[in-house]
Amino acid sequence: MAKGGVSLETKFHVLAVDDSIVDRKLIERLLKTSSYQVTVVESGVKALEFLGLLDDKNGSIDSTSHSATQNHHQVQVNLVITDYSMPGITGYDLLRKIKESTSLKNIPVVIMSSEDLPSRINSCLEKGAEEFFLKPVQQSDVNKLRPHLLRGKA
Amino acid sequence: MEVVGQLQKQYVDFITSLFREAYLDDQYVQLQKLQDDSNPEFVVEVVSIFFEDSEKLLNDLASSLLVSISLFWVFILCLRPSLLLMVVLFFLLFLFQLYSQQQVVDFKKVDGYVHQFKGSSSSVGAQRVKNACVTLRNFCEEKNLDGCSRYLNLVKQEFYLVKNKLETLLRMEQQILQAGGTVPLLEQVPLLWKQ
Repeated sequence: MAKGGVSLETKFHVLAVDDSIVDRKLIERLLKTSSYQVTVVESGVKALEFLGLLDDKNGSIDSTSHSATQNHHQVQVNLVITDYSMPGITGYDLLRKIKESTSLKNIPVVIMSSEDLPSRINSCLEKGAEEFFLKPVQQSDVNKLRPHLLRGKA
Repeated sequence: MEVVGQLQKQYVDFITSLFREAYLDDQYVQLQKLQDDSNPEFVVEVVSIFFEDSEKLLNDLASSLLVSISLFWVFILCLRPSLLLMVVLFFLLFLFQLYSQQQVVDFKKVDGYVHQFKGSSSSVGAQRVKNACVTLRNFCEEKNLDGCSRYLNLVKQEFYLVKNKLETLLRMEQQILQAGGTVPLLEQVPLLWKQ
């Protein structure tokens, strides 16, 4: 998938999703201090759009799309970190769609939430989330992302 | 340099009092740690975004708790009743609202706004605002309109208090920097004051 001549300095690209403007600012800074390339979006729909999981023709979610949408979006995302409670498509829905997608299911997904609910944590981890961070997210949480990113590149 | 020393001491005393009185918690220190030479305005930026976002949320909250009253009045005024009829209708409306407020206000919507406010205040370390939001959410869950209105006022109060404190704090930081000093960082909020 990688084109020839990729620089050794290529950073990991993290996609962050949160409907809170304050939290978007915070997660962006946290990720940048870890030297990741960061894209921040405000909704699950925008995230799916960015990942190329939205069928362009009628806006429906097409999780088994192949070359058509893939050629349209050549962005390489190495990890998705998303808030759980969002209007519209929740973080859980986003997690599910990524894990059910043939092209993107190997992308590690991390969930952030302000609510410490064991049932929520369990359902996210069962669905394939790598980590579940309690908000406000700390630098120590972001440090936990590296092993998942390195595993992806292997 | 004596000026800088004095400014720094005043700053430490002030921010320590803010932690002691729970206006701010450790999350504020985390924000300060994220600020460096490559991002020297980070805290000011986050706090400014928080202020702007909060004013909007407070407006949304206030209007979502008021809508029940205004809609009824619009309806009644459209009927163009006589003065006597208006008095009677007013009295009936008053009684009606007293017993059916729970059905009229969209508590789920109110709860949504409070959840957002709780989140953003928690993210900047505004502890008292966050705690007031937690209590406000309980009233929403109970569909207690009276409790909600009262606590919304408290949440608003706490917000404007912490806004004032933060503006003062940031101004003090500016003064230290302008005098050529560095802003002392409280590495750890004393355990006594941690929740």
